[in-house]
Amino acid sequence: MESRLLVLLLTTVLAAGLTGCGRHRAVDVAADERPPVIEPALERRRIDPADIDTEDFEVGIYAGQLSVEDFGVNTVVGARFAYHVTEAFFVEAAAGRSDTEPTSYERLSGAAQLLTDSEREYSYYNVSLGYNLLPGESFIGRNRAFNTSLYLIGGVGNTRFAGDDRFTINFGLGLRLLPLDWLAVHADVRDHIFDLDVLGHQKTTHNLEAHVGVTFFF
Amino acid sequence: MKRFSSRLTNGRGRNGLAHAIVVLVAVLTAALGGPPAAAATYDVIVEDPYLEMHTGPGRGYPVFYVAERGERVEVIRRRTDWFQVRVSRGEEGWVPLAQLQRTLGLDGEPFDVPTFELGDYTARRWEVGALYGDFGGANVISVYGAFGLTPNLSLELALSQALGRFSDSMIGSLAIVHELFPDKRFSPYIALGAGVVKTDPKATLVATTDRSDSAAHAGAGLRAYLTRRFVFRAEYKSYVVFTSRDDNEEIREWKAGFSFFF
Repeated sequence: MESRLLVLLLTTVLAAGLTGCGRHRAVDVAADERPPVIEPALERRRIDPADIDTEDFEVGIYAGQLSVEDFGVNTVVGARFAYHVTEAFFVEAAAGRSDTEPTSYERLSGAAQLLTDSEREYSYYNVSLGYNLLPGESFIGRNRAFNTSLYLIGGVGNTRFAGDDRFTINFGLGLRLLPLDWLAVHADVRDHIFDLDVLGHQKTTHNLEAHVGVTFFF
Repeated sequence: MKRFSSRLTNGRGRNGLAHAIVVLVAVLTAALGGPPAAAATYDVIVEDPYLEMHTGPGRGYPVFYVAERGERVEVIRRRTDWFQVRVSRGEEGWVPLAQLQRTLGLDGEPFDVPTFELGDYTARRWEVGALYGDFGGANVISVYGAFGLTPNLSLELALSQALGRFSDSMIGSLAIVHELFPDKRFSPYIALGAGVVKTDPKATLVATTDRSDSAAHAGAGLRAYLTRRFVFRAEYKSYVVFTSRDDNEEIREWKAGFSFFF
């Protein structure tokens, strides 16, 4: 029942999206206006410069690999939302999740498992500030250029892993490539740093993530 | 039976997340609907000797086309302080706001768009932001939304997560904030609020339980208007947590971060 409802909902929103319903409403605003007595020489536009489509937000999804120190390398998926403050700076909120594997110790010793299945799930969120360090054009072949930007990004967040929340610092480097003015492809490398005390003593762990994703500007 | 039911809940939880992601993606697809349709565009006449069009919205993208004085160009979209324009030959490129402000609209008026200045900041209604700092020795991450009642007074709803060595806390609070000089670029404020602190001791500690207590706080801070919709903010708050033990707990909090206004 639930999945049928979901299918219905998805069909509706997809249909709405594909037909672009509600996008062309602005066209026939002046339909029932009386014709003016004197036709002005210049065509009058009823549009205010403030109505120009502003696309400072970016939203999208990504997938890649996350290496959790001592707990293996696994697929990570996530979603990101960014706001471009100036041409140089942007802020980003992201959330992702992954699974982890048993440590080598657990496998080799055959001893009791350190974590339960649900504790092995890894999820995080973070809020970061990004800086477009190297904006420019990159050429693919001789005649095709794309707008790209190499950015530095870093911030704070939380990681839920091994049954607890852990304060996490992240920083990294990313490449944003725009095949179209409203569509971007990302490739990112991030380090998530947090303290973990599961293996007997408190230690700072570096957890490297590499992912690719797509985002839309709106 | 217990095992079965717990597995059932787990299964539903996981599906719920997957569903949420699918719905999110579908809604995004619907909202964006492929290429953004041509919405409102605005025509301007170039007044400078020329108008340089860049391939992208930023300093690093080269100029690839120049529109001449008297030429009519169509402004299509905006990203930060860059505008995408189209000339009659069909070429599309990006122009910085400063150049576009030296063009005229078809009514002969200079091109003028909202650029967000200090005055808009003073007149803001909504504000959202994120802060990071120290909550009694724990790292705290906080998001908040504020609604301006008058230029001086605003209501602020905040949700914070404090991540400490021995325990984690979620803090929800509602505060009333009074700005002393709301029209200044550097604007000090005082805040008074109440809320709930939910404390969850680390799983590695033994024989502890979650607890939830109400709390009140008072604080002071400073906002600094940076650019466009962007504001820097730093604050100090002192919390009194009304615990069920004999003594109330007092916690000091320092935070700094950024916010946006609408």
